[in-house]
Amino acid sequence: MIAKKSYSIPFIIWIIAGTLVPLASIAYYGFTSRDGGFTFANVLAMFRSDHLQALGLSLLLAVISTVICLIIAFPMAMVLRESKYGKQGFLIFVIILPMWMNFLLRTMAWQVLLERQGVINALISAVGLPRQEMMNTPGAIVLGMVYDFLPFMILPIYNTVSKIDEHLIEAAYDLGAGKAKVYSKIIFPLSVPGIVSGITMVFIPALTTFVISNMLGGGKINLIGNIIEQEFTINSNWYLGSGLSLVMMVFIIASMLILQRFDKTGGANLI
Amino acid sequence: MKKRAGKIYVLIVMLFLYLPILTLIVLSFNEVKSMSVWGGFSLKWYDELFHSRLMMGAIVNTFSIAILAALIATVVGTLAVLGMAAMKPRTQSALLGFNNIPMLNADIVTGIALMLFFLMVGVPRGYMTILFSHATFCIPYVILSVRPRVNRNTDRLYEAALDLGASERYAFRRIVLPELWPGITSGFLLSFTMSVDDFIITYFTRGAGINTISTLIYSEVKIGIRPSLFALSTIVFVVALAVLLVINVRKDKEDRADNALQAL
Repeated sequence: MIAKKSYSIPFIIWIIAGTLVPLASIAYYGFTSRDGGFTFANVLAMFRSDHLQALGLSLLLAVISTVICLIIAFPMAMVLRESKYGKQGFLIFVIILPMWMNFLLRTMAWQVLLERQGVINALISAVGLPRQEMMNTPGAIVLGMVYDFLPFMILPIYNTVSKIDEHLIEAAYDLGAGKAKVYSKIIFPLSVPGIVSGITMVFIPALTTFVISNMLGGGKINLIGNIIEQEFTINSNWYLGSGLSLVMMVFIIASMLILQRFDKTGGANLI
Repeated sequence: MKKRAGKIYVLIVMLFLYLPILTLIVLSFNEVKSMSVWGGFSLKWYDELFHSRLMMGAIVNTFSIAILAALIATVVGTLAVLGMAAMKPRTQSALLGFNNIPMLNADIVTGIALMLFFLMVGVPRGYMTILFSHATFCIPYVILSVRPRVNRNTDRLYEAALDLGASERYAFRRIVLPELWPGITSGFLLSFTMSVDDFIITYFTRGAGINTISTLIYSEVKIGIRPSLFALSTIVFVVALAVLLVINVRKDKEDRADNALQAL
């Protein structure tokens, strides 16, 4: 045996101090009132109308941007699969590159494009059309989410799609299947693990973001992430912030469980 | 026909991904502080960027934290993998389950949890709390990349070396470490990039008065976008491009060397 169990001790301490105790402290604050007693009020505060509205909008925008990413990414993954090998390497490179750029800068780029005095409006008014209000709308936020998270959808789907055996597809055609059937019976079912991990990697950051909504929503549109962030940074009400975080975690865990049921192979590879 | 449709599709997606970045790059050379009017070529925003003491401090913080966090995570993670190899499968999978939590959890929750922890323990937030938090979310990536490299074969070779009279230290250095090395380096690099890229966890675990590149960008964008941020975008993009190119070329060379070896 190379190793002694004791080698894991720093790691175990780190898990306890860095993950378990901090999560427990969210639970502690979430069920504690300002005067120190036990309460459900912080968790139930999610049902306040402004909080519910923010949660609903977050879910809606996250679903919309996940679906858009999926619609763009799947054909992209198929094209990548079918293009020649060398070129494939180049195309993958081109998709990974934006992921290496700080996502705040990438989000800022859309601010520059969509602003009233921004690039797109300058082009619009140059053609003689009236300037559009594009910033601070839910649409701008969705655009930002799609832009930031699209590579995280393309890569896992490409990963599974590229491993589908060409012979399977040829066999299906030989046996008389049409294109639609090949997709619905072969390609789509076999790419489920990639789709599932792609959805996880887009949906959860989109659901919990406060940065994109802050930068492209101009602070006028509150998602649940914004509400929680403000409880911690502006209102300093950690009790309420923790309570709302707990409810949000329930949504995260629920969405993961639902997604895992679709992925029968278990543990899809992330990248 | 079908091929052409595919090419056009790729082109549209590429334009979507790169036009915003290209816009920032063009505007970074703009003489006037406008997002839509071209006032002539100028490097003055780069000058402003390099003379900003805040930005230089943030750059030093970002990279020193990334290197330290990646080092800590690599050491702790690699040791953990070795230690786990001696454990019962059930204990192993329990530990791996905990290990997955920071990777699967939303960053905002991880950030808030760590912030509350520091507040409860009474540690003032600053450089060290950021470093601790970054190591926390980097360790899982190291474990995931090193663990697949530990297998029964490593164990056998190691025992054989001991039987042949090697000291434990020598056998570890000559047998185990080379076997794990690819996993260790990719774990380190992954940690480094995750740390440089992080905003949300840093945002909650930093104290007032300390910035990384990400938190500085956020606070500056909130006040109002200055063209020096465009200059920063251009530099970040060019550096990312260069690093990825180097990695790709090296991988190409290795692949070719592998192929050549197999041909022999």
